[in-house]
Amino acid sequence: MLYREAGDFKTSYVADNQTFPIRFDRIGYYVILGVAFLVVPLFITDYWANSIVVPFLIYTIAALGLNILIGYCGQLSLGTGAFMAVGAYGSYKLMTAFPELNIIFVIILAGFITAGVGVLFGLPSLRIKGFYLAVATLAAQFFLIWLFTRQGWFYNYSPTGMISAPTREVFGYPVTGPRASAVSMYMICLCFLVATAWLARNLTRGSLGRQWMAIRDMDIAAEIIGVNPLMAKLTAFAVSSFFIGISGALLFTVYLGAAEAGEAFGIDKSFLVLFMVIIGGLGSIFGAFAGAAFLIVGPVMLKLLLVNTLGWPTDMAAHLEIMIIGALIIVFLIAEPHGIAALWRTIKEKLRLWPFPY
Amino acid sequence: MKMTRLAATLAATMIAAGPALADTLHFPSLSYRTGPFAAGGIPFADGYSDYLTLINERDGGIGGVPIRQTECETAYNTERGVECYQSIRGDNPLVLQPLSTGITYQLIPRTMEDGIPMHTMGYGRTSAVNGEVFNWTFNYPANYWDGASVIINYLLSENDGSLEGKKIALLYHNSAYGREPIPTLTNLAERHGYELLTIGVDSPGQEQGSQWLQIRRERPDYVVMWGWGVMNPTAIQEAANIRFPMENFIGVWWSGSQQDVLPVGQGAHGYKALAMHGTGTDYPIYADMQQYVIDTGKYAGTGDEVGTVLYSRGMYAAMLAVEAAKKAQEIHGVAAITPAMMRDGMANLEITEELMAELGLPNFGPAFSVSCNNHGGSGQAMIQQWDANAREWNLITDWIDPDREMIMEMAMEDSLAFAAENNMTPSCMN
Repeated sequence: MLYREAGDFKTSYVADNQTFPIRFDRIGYYVILGVAFLVVPLFITDYWANSIVVPFLIYTIAALGLNILIGYCGQLSLGTGAFMAVGAYGSYKLMTAFPELNIIFVIILAGFITAGVGVLFGLPSLRIKGFYLAVATLAAQFFLIWLFTRQGWFYNYSPTGMISAPTREVFGYPVTGPRASAVSMYMICLCFLVATAWLARNLTRGSLGRQWMAIRDMDIAAEIIGVNPLMAKLTAFAVSSFFIGISGALLFTVYLGAAEAGEAFGIDKSFLVLFMVIIGGLGSIFGAFAGAAFLIVGPVMLKLLLVNTLGWPTDMAAHLEIMIIGALIIVFLIAEPHGIAALWRTIKEKLRLWPFPY
Repeated sequence: MKMTRLAATLAATMIAAGPALADTLHFPSLSYRTGPFAAGGIPFADGYSDYLTLINERDGGIGGVPIRQTECETAYNTERGVECYQSIRGDNPLVLQPLSTGITYQLIPRTMEDGIPMHTMGYGRTSAVNGEVFNWTFNYPANYWDGASVIINYLLSENDGSLEGKKIALLYHNSAYGREPIPTLTNLAERHGYELLTIGVDSPGQEQGSQWLQIRRERPDYVVMWGWGVMNPTAIQEAANIRFPMENFIGVWWSGSQQDVLPVGQGAHGYKALAMHGTGTDYPIYADMQQYVIDTGKYAGTGDEVGTVLYSRGMYAAMLAVEAAKKAQEIHGVAAITPAMMRDGMANLEITEELMAELGLPNFGPAFSVSCNNHGGSGQAMIQQWDANAREWNLITDWIDPDREMIMEMAMEDSLAFAAENNMTPSCMN
């Protein structure tokens, strides 16, 4: 009824190729953007921004990045935590070395630094595949974290090895440091998320994305039809690391404010983002959003429900939270092995035919 | 995106449903009863909570105002710590005690901005002793640099005043916490002529094979440990395995609790650790504790931690917080104090031996006083030794003074660097 294509005529190739060909989707997209930019900032409180929305936005960027690598290009990586650390430490070094540099450029440059590091650790992907590549990226994880915890230069020789983000402003509003307001933190993360999601969506629709997918589906066949595996794999590593670096930089500068490589960017971060991608749906932009929402917002919601509303002991709630999230992951993967994105796709198919399915 | 918003509205209603109660003193507890550090987090949280319960039950609160306790699980994880902080900061928390150096570093700038006092007893950022820079952060009665200095002073007294040519290994948890004592030990190495060997153990610390291989190869005279959670029993077990003389193995006060030595059994006999307070149930306060908290079933957790080292520490932390609240009530003449008043109470806190005896904890902790520019207390600590046969910790020294002059000098340097980074002018707050 509501969700249908009938009467939605395309009269040009541009219209035919647009991201959201169905009018309802398109309107929904603009409504969500409008709400996110204009309505949410009016209502967002510190608690909501800091505990749920900002980490959700930041992890979505990381999930988008990893989705490009795993979901679109088929290269398994377990080095996400370390690449986020590269973004964080890159932004820290840039912030302290060039105090005048605007934080937006700092974050983008940190993304580029991460892209460079990602390409370097992506080189083995030209020779090894699958689980073997996962092990090679695992080496990146351990090596980079070792580097950041043992080499004083990276944390400016601070006695504890912690890095902390000084206050930086955008248009006169502090976005990092303790004085940053909920709205400004939300807005900067939202801007980065919208920009990266737009970039990811359009890259994956274009020739680069098709090359990645060709490599993912069958690399030998892709090579025969003229896809350069070197270029395709390394660009996937570069773009993916760029996104992950931005997310790491935001996580450190905007969200955490102080961080330490081993604790904030350990192997569990790699798995967290990997689970987001798998649960959300491989090879789907929406999947990155859904996966991040599930794994970031879900636990906090459960905690609020169990501890604040029901008044259960915190330790029992924490243990239950792990069990419930774990059970939900299994249920989701059994019900829909291709993730929440596939579930959403099925719903859309059904909605198109509703109320007259055949 | 849709999901978030739905969830946001859902939980917004949840929060609105539980309004803050007026006329109570809110003492939050950022505890960790789960994760690899729960073994240390549980007894501390229990002790903290039980003491506050005792004050409520026996005295009807502080100055007639009942105490309201809340607990938030951090799992020793900094991200969860930030989440917990956000959830309680609007609820007039009188004092924060995160029991994690990592979370402390994250909360220092935030609490300064929000005006919420934080007490990091025996952990956290050492240079917070300079109250002119860290107006809202307190780390009395002792900090890491004090601890490191006390250990060296103890070793000096054991070696007739000279550590020349000795080799001391620092086995540390490779985190902000474990790296804290390195500057002090390095400085003292120059002064006393010992060789310092720093050996990091990655969190959580079950893997220590290569570290102990290195210790076996380097043959240090003493091993000093800055460990926490599962790292402690693992290290003591490894030391017992290589037959390292236990009396030459000294842990900081976070590495000296029952759960650290009991798993090792007889092998841990003779292991030493710092003690910043007394331990055991031989204090008059436990009679009241039994009567008002334990017998009435109002204890926190399972109630089986009473009297252990970390339980005592939690109780000590709560006791200092309650005394600071009393001081704040006295200064401002108001019973329902605010976080800002609490800060004044903490900055003027004075703990005397008479007061400790009056509270039922004679000789439990050192006598010290806090001032606006010195938030660090006395810095004294004792050395305790584990007796595996009797299964108890014995204090083997009296209070040992740290090299406070050197520590204050280093803390000044570090805190002024922090002030310069953040464009602050150090000054006392009144």
